[in-house]
Amino acid sequence: MNSYVLGLISIYYLAFLFIVAYQAEKKSKNAKSIVSNPNIYALSLAVYCTAWTFYGSVGRASTDGLDFLTVYIGPTLVMFLAFPILLKIVRISKTQRLTSIADFISSRYGKNRSLGVLVTIICLLSGIPYIALQLKAISNSFGILTRSILNSNILVDHTFYIVILLILFTILFGTRNVEATERHEGMVTAIAVESIIKLIAFFAIGIYVTFLLFDGFEDIYDKAKLMEEARKNFVVDKEIGMSMWFWHTLLATMAFLFLPRQFQVTVVENVDEKYINRAMWMFPLYMVLINIFVMPITLAGGIIFNGQGVNSDMFVLSIPLHFSNELLAILTYIGGFSAATGMIIVETIAVSVMVSNNLLMPIFLGIPASKELINRNPSKVIQFMRRLSITLIIFLGYFYFKFITEKYSLVSIGMTAFVVVAQFAPSVLGGIFWKRGTQKGAMAGLVGGTVIWFFTLIIPSLVSSGAISDQIMTNGLFGNSLLKPYELFGMTGMDNISHATFWTLFFNTALYFFGSLCTKQTSIEHNQAVLFVDVFQYSKGIENSVVWRGKALVSDIKSLLESFLGASRTERIVKVFATRNNINLNTRYADARFVNYSEKLLSGIVGTASARMMVSSVAKEEEISLNEVVEILKKSQELMAVNKELKQKSQELKLLTEQLQAANEQLKMTDKLKDDFLSTVTHEIRTPLTSIKALSEILYDNDDIEHSERQHFLNTIIKESDRLSRLINQVLDLEKFESGKIRIIKEDLNLEEIINDSVDSIEQLAKEKGIAIKQIIDKKMPTFQGDRDRIMQVMLNLLSNALKFTEPDKGIITITAYEEDGSLHVNVIDDGSGIAKPYQELIFDKFYQAHDQTIKKPKGSGLGLAISKRILELHNGTIGVESEVGKGSKFSFEIPLENTL
Amino acid sequence: MNIQKNIKVLIVDDEPNILLSLEFLMKKEGFIVFIARDGEEAFDIIKREHPKIVLLDIMMPKVDGYEVCRFIKGGSDTKETKVVFLSAKSKEADIEKGYSVGADLYIPKPFSTRDLVKKINMMASGVVV
Repeated sequence: MNSYVLGLISIYYLAFLFIVAYQAEKKSKNAKSIVSNPNIYALSLAVYCTAWTFYGSVGRASTDGLDFLTVYIGPTLVMFLAFPILLKIVRISKTQRLTSIADFISSRYGKNRSLGVLVTIICLLSGIPYIALQLKAISNSFGILTRSILNSNILVDHTFYIVILLILFTILFGTRNVEATERHEGMVTAIAVESIIKLIAFFAIGIYVTFLLFDGFEDIYDKAKLMEEARKNFVVDKEIGMSMWFWHTLLATMAFLFLPRQFQVTVVENVDEKYINRAMWMFPLYMVLINIFVMPITLAGGIIFNGQGVNSDMFVLSIPLHFSNELLAILTYIGGFSAATGMIIVETIAVSVMVSNNLLMPIFLGIPASKELINRNPSKVIQFMRRLSITLIIFLGYFYFKFITEKYSLVSIGMTAFVVVAQFAPSVLGGIFWKRGTQKGAMAGLVGGTVIWFFTLIIPSLVSSGAISDQIMTNGLFGNSLLKPYELFGMTGMDNISHATFWTLFFNTALYFFGSLCTKQTSIEHNQAVLFVDVFQYSKGIENSVVWRGKALVSDIKSLLESFLGASRTERIVKVFATRNNINLNTRYADARFVNYSEKLLSGIVGTASARMMVSSVAKEEEISLNEVVEILKKSQELMAVNKELKQKSQELKLLTEQLQAANEQLKMTDKLKDDFLSTVTHEIRTPLTSIKALSEILYDNDDIEHSERQHFLNTIIKESDRLSRLINQVLDLEKFESGKIRIIKEDLNLEEIINDSVDSIEQLAKEKGIAIKQIIDKKMPTFQGDRDRIMQVMLNLLSNALKFTEPDKGIITITAYEEDGSLHVNVIDDGSGIAKPYQELIFDKFYQAHDQTIKKPKGSGLGLAISKRILELHNGTIGVESEVGKGSKFSFEIPLENTL
Repeated sequence: MNIQKNIKVLIVDDEPNILLSLEFLMKKEGFIVFIARDGEEAFDIIKREHPKIVLLDIMMPKVDGYEVCRFIKGGSDTKETKVVFLSAKSKEADIEKGYSVGADLYIPKPFSTRDLVKKINMMASGVVV
């Protein structure tokens, strides 16, 4: 393929990334962040899979079999098992505004500058070769696709131009904002997109090889079994196999936690701690997917290129090219390209922050002349230093690639980088779980581990490149056989990487542990140790608590902030902070909380160590003991807890009061209703009682009453007694409805039958009064569910009311019944005296006498209608009346056929 | 017994059986008895007959007893009329309200016929009860 075409494709791909990143930045400016999405977060973690994964997994599988998996098992274990560690690191970094692993370690051990420098150097030691490795992959893949020989002249080397583009991209999306705590939304989105692309590309080649070139997995394995060369891929060497799997997995675990680029995406770019939950399953899934086809491709490559000496690192490209499938080869190239560029961009941003904050800034701040420059326009200076760092790092990677990596495989460079990064493990893990860990201990551990690393891994590589004599390998350092790089203290039986991992961590941990026990912490170290280890206990109080004491002028602190954040932004931030914490900033000396907060803001920009320097340069500080710090933190915690509790309590009380009030209202209401009912009932009872008493007294006192009159009085007494007992029965009945004691017996009822029965039982009475009863009843009405006695009670009540109010000897009562709209309708119509409008509603009410009301409802209806209404309600039905005075009344009720009792 | 010959008594109640007993009692004492079944009927009789004593129920349809009492005590030619409330409302507040609208006597139902007769007789002869 023409190298210009492939060069253009690479440029187009980068342009595409530019657009993705640019759009994401634009969206985030419009407050529509794409990055605040757990999927993007989980995908961005897959920056772990570099070109080393994309090309190197196959390469490693073809020499070491399944061993390549260790690199992916480690991170998967982190996600499942080391989740609390990850969460703790994220929480600490957020509360302390830490922006890199260097910041993290130096901040933990008393904001120590030299530690920051040391960590930065270690990151450079791991990062530069790693970047070189990516460039090598790009270059190799480019070479294979275009079938060109690599040119040592930089100006005609295409990789050089890609490097320039990468520098531009990284500067553009990595240094837009000087505040490193501000997230790089464009960059993260681009990385997530790259993760998808490399997965698709690897899947494409995997499916092509497995299902198009061969007949599935089984076919490949069957064919491979026939080959001597491939057989060893299935066997794990028992001798060193187990220990190697253990050490390599452990190594990958630590690399995943502490590699600068991983720290960047997992911790610094984390928007929400909750996203880790998503990453917990999504990232391991990604790991599984990207590894599914490694073995098939490896075996297929072995079968296809048997004995032709084709570089197994490049099988994924060589196979499609071998079968002249150029399109797939290009897709694979893009996949590898995206894996490589993703790594370079994130790693460079992460390391450049460290380099500029920990190496360049402190140096600049130390030089009087440059200090002035910084004071004049600090954010420009910082931006410049970031950009300088980015350029330097990528170029260093490029030169490393150009002049050193030629001689080493992708895997060995990668693993060497892993081992040095693993040196952070004791100081970081010790730092977040062990308060006793000291700065000197951490320093000793880091230095010791790195020295051992240099001795066990770098010296041998220098030997093999011919830079130094191989004497040291065979006879040991200074001729001491215990000091052979690959057999330190006579240890054999391990592969070089496991061997190095074991000894570096052994020395590192021992030095850290004993170094910490032998040295004392300064007060600031002590404070930070407590804040780190007990972060979950204090994280909410940290911002508001004073862990600093001293004197600083408000104006000094403000101008310090202004120079880095700009006047308007500073003004805003300060105002918000002052209001939130109720601090008066119009004083001469700054409130300690404000100084503390400012330092944290600054450390987000220039790193912990530099921020510490700046603040101490304007403040007269006093030492503050740990006891005081803990006391203060505890107080603020307690205060917050108490506040929260109080708030909650008062909320509860308010709610309770409201409930109480409502209940009281309800009670008052019920009370009033009860009162009304009672006075109604007593009134109703007293009325017949009055007649009975008065007439009895009259009869008793007057023996001379005429016989007919006496009969009339006695008859009245009997009637009034009946009325009284009826009333008492009704009250009891109604009480049963009210208290819910009433039992409705559900059965299939025929409405016509009920009407006939009720008419039968009052027919005699009607005849006596000379009132006719007419029935117009639909014979085809369906049965309905209800309580026979109760419906009968309603009918009788309506009929007896009608009889009572209809004029004797000429009145007519008409009953109609029919089905309509899924309900049964019954009307009882009389041509009696009628009911005036105001009473029409009142008559269904058991309280005809609302409070203080003295207008009486038409007499005689008693509580019958109120009871009828309740019976119908229990059948989901309704009852109502239409009436005109002097013309008669029409009482109607309806029962839905599908009533649920 | 028939001393009160020319004294007019109006009985206002919506309960026919109570009217029955009251009418008997008053007639027996020799009063000239008028009957009204609600407040409106009462107004007509009061305007027309100017009874000396009105036995008045409170809870009635259309116009209640308080209204009737206020009418009596508010009219220049009727304010001398004695008003006796006969009511089943027997709470202290009810009685107080009865007197506050101008009643001369408040007798809760059910009442003692002998007691009632005695009090009405005293009232008819000008004794303040």
